[in-house]
Amino acid sequence: MTETLRARQAVPAPVSGVRALLKSPWGAFALRRLGGLVLSLALLILLTFLIVPLIPGDPAIAILGPGATADSIAIMREKLHLDVPLWEQFGIYLQGLGSLDLGTSFRYSTPVLTTIFTKLPYTATIAFGSIAVVLIVAIPLGMAIGVVTRGGRRPVVGTVFGAVAGFLASFPAYVAATLLVLVFAIWLKVLPPGGAGGPATFVLPIAALALGPTFAVARVVRQETFGVLQQDYMRTARGRRISRARLYMRHALPNLMASTLTLTGLILSGLLGGAIIIETVFSLPGLGLEVIQAIIYRDFPVIRGIILTIGVIAIFINLLIDIVLGLIDPRTLGASNHD
Amino acid sequence: MTKNRKRSLPSSLIWGLAMFGVLVIIAIVAPIFLSGAANSLSPESHADPSAAHWFGTDDLGRDIIARSLVATRLTILMSLGATALSVVVGVLIGGLVWVGPRRLRETVLRIIDSTVAFPALILALVIAAILGPAASSAVIAIGVAGIPSFARITANMVAPIVGRDFMNTSKLLGVPPWQLFTRHLLPNIGGPLLVLIASSFALSLLEISSLSFVGLGVQSPDYDWGRLLNEGLPAIYSQPLQVLAPSVMLIFAGVAAMLTGDGLAQRFDPWGNQPAASRGTKRKVSSTAGNSQALVEVQDLTITATNGAVLVKEVSFDIVPGEIVGLVGESGSGKSMTAMALAQLNPDSVTVDASLMRIGDLNVMSTRNRGRLAREIGLVYQDPGTTFNPALRIGTQVTEVARVHLGFSRLKARNGLVEGLRDMRIVNPELVMQQRPFQLSGGMLQRAIIASSLVTDPRLIIADEPTTALDVTVQAEVLRQFKRINREKGAAILFISHDIGVVQALCDRVLVMKRGEIVERLTGEQLATGKVSHPYTRELLAATPKFDVAVARPSQKSGGAS
Repeated sequence: MTETLRARQAVPAPVSGVRALLKSPWGAFALRRLGGLVLSLALLILLTFLIVPLIPGDPAIAILGPGATADSIAIMREKLHLDVPLWEQFGIYLQGLGSLDLGTSFRYSTPVLTTIFTKLPYTATIAFGSIAVVLIVAIPLGMAIGVVTRGGRRPVVGTVFGAVAGFLASFPAYVAATLLVLVFAIWLKVLPPGGAGGPATFVLPIAALALGPTFAVARVVRQETFGVLQQDYMRTARGRRISRARLYMRHALPNLMASTLTLTGLILSGLLGGAIIIETVFSLPGLGLEVIQAIIYRDFPVIRGIILTIGVIAIFINLLIDIVLGLIDPRTLGASNHD
Repeated sequence: MTKNRKRSLPSSLIWGLAMFGVLVIIAIVAPIFLSGAANSLSPESHADPSAAHWFGTDDLGRDIIARSLVATRLTILMSLGATALSVVVGVLIGGLVWVGPRRLRETVLRIIDSTVAFPALILALVIAAILGPAASSAVIAIGVAGIPSFARITANMVAPIVGRDFMNTSKLLGVPPWQLFTRHLLPNIGGPLLVLIASSFALSLLEISSLSFVGLGVQSPDYDWGRLLNEGLPAIYSQPLQVLAPSVMLIFAGVAAMLTGDGLAQRFDPWGNQPAASRGTKRKVSSTAGNSQALVEVQDLTITATNGAVLVKEVSFDIVPGEIVGLVGESGSGKSMTAMALAQLNPDSVTVDASLMRIGDLNVMSTRNRGRLAREIGLVYQDPGTTFNPALRIGTQVTEVARVHLGFSRLKARNGLVEGLRDMRIVNPELVMQQRPFQLSGGMLQRAIIASSLVTDPRLIIADEPTTALDVTVQAEVLRQFKRINREKGAAILFISHDIGVVQALCDRVLVMKRGEIVERLTGEQLATGKVSHPYTRELLAATPKFDVAVARPSQKSGGAS
């Protein structure tokens, strides 16, 4: 056999030094993620601590109002440990966190932790419920529209989807919430306008929270679908003459999920912010309603406790997204996704 | 077309800006003319819509529309303030980290990354808690909450610019850091920054309104849209229009923002304007009786792009069983298009037309029999790095045809492929099946693809530049495998390459393509001895350095796992 070959620049196979060093990709992931986790938590703790020292003027007077007596101011200063140096205040704060003592509410005189535990289920339900709705609806929807309108097919469908999804995606959650109450609770009277009495009361909050992000994510998924369908590996899969269902579900979907989750991580953790705001519309007694009341009444132990909790939930959501990403596409284990 | 379209503004941007224009006009004009109706109390509490009050009145008898319109000014001014804060501080941080020392930069970026992961509202709540509920604290809160993303994105955009020559030159010339930032960095990131500012403005508008809505922003008697929505909520039963009016304004602003953001993104995204494409496969009735001896017959194959350009023009050829036919030509000559048309794998954007295209008794133009297509044609593609699905294991991909079209069980398909991989000189095939594409070298992947293309014992293998992306020793090994397959299994091969040297070593017959047409048909011998007539073929030959001296026997290790 004569091999007549043209001399060619050898293309070296890509080798990542980091990957070669670390045996298990999940081990490397855990290490890297742990570092990020510690940093995020540290920032969160520092931020919540700083709320009180950063209050302009004397925090005790700011909390009690200008008409406060010298005695009550002195008591408040002691409660907030304002008489010791700043670093010592931070030490006391950390000690409290370490023993899971978040202090006592000024308004209720009950432990902050109790307040958090009674309020958390409502916020968690609507936040995680709506994230589930967003993912369950947006990914199939965006993918279906992407497949149907790929390469400029069915331009009418593409334009209509673009307009409708764009319109609905620009609804802020609290406006959507107000309008949903107006339509479904007041005009149609099919769902309760608010409160916390049974599963039906969660329908409108979850719908309001999920509406905008669902269409925002669907738009992203559609765009990503176009990209994935153009890839060589999709042609390879078509070359195997497999069914459409298999082509899209088995070959396109995992890649779609990976890029979609990377792009929508911020949308999903931002949804948590919407949850806090819309509790006001539905008088849902969750963390959001409570923290807003606490800010208005300057109940700082509660403010600190709830912001810490919400922050931890946000960290948890990000971690969850990274783990799911790692399961779908192990390449992501080696790199940070939120850069 | 392309040039003009790129110069002109995308329509969504024009619409978005027009809507913002309307808002600005309302913000300027409404407080001048409507303050009276918006603020003066009247006994007409909760009046129904009328000619005087289109949306009715609120609990204190004030006109609902007038209040929503007047509130525009405060809403927009606050959003402008917050955006300005985020942009100025964020861009400063993101840009200045590159001027400062490396350690500081990395620390700052790490911290920014951690904050970006939190919803902006957390930071906003912290600031609102510190400063107490007020319009000013809402502006500062939302402004500060926007800083990290501006800092991060500026830092990202500046990164590639910092390494460029002019930056180093300016540093050497002793330009102070401050000037470096304003004169050199900022002008280079202006475009993308605009996109961000537009979307950030809209976001702050909605977020400030949300703070006002829950009572942490604008306080009575002042009012913005959020405050109006808040005041309307208790009256939602008696006067639903009171929440509707500010909602409409907020949605209007949201849509304007979305359109502007989309439009700006399109303007700065080179892939934003993709022309709509039609596609399809037209069939001519087969008229001429072809060469019945041939395994493959292609007659009058014409491929047209959406814009009317003819990519392949009336190409006809046949392949007899067991023959290796080379298709050569420079890139863009239509050779891959031709091969992919035969495999029915052309992109959607082209139209394929032929009077006859068959493999055996299978008419590839009209068949709906996916199984037959899969079994008759084995496919090997150009770049092994992209032909594998990155999300799936090798085993899943290479056994797919056997499982779907041969009805093999998972285990049987796996065992078959393990054998196939071993035949392709892949060491430890069981492990390879468990791995993912990114863990293997190009040579390994290409041999795996060849192994999987053989699983159905196809009568035709279409290999589209299968050696182009490989380095030279791996090339030799892959070519040897094609020879072996042809010899042992008797499969015909359509071998596409721009490399006439590779083709002459392998092929029985060679078709030379230029600009979508076959310009010369040669035997491998004719090519090897230089007996070519078409000047284009001579050019191709002349352009190919010859290494007739025996290339070193391919080593066993070539293309091993990395």
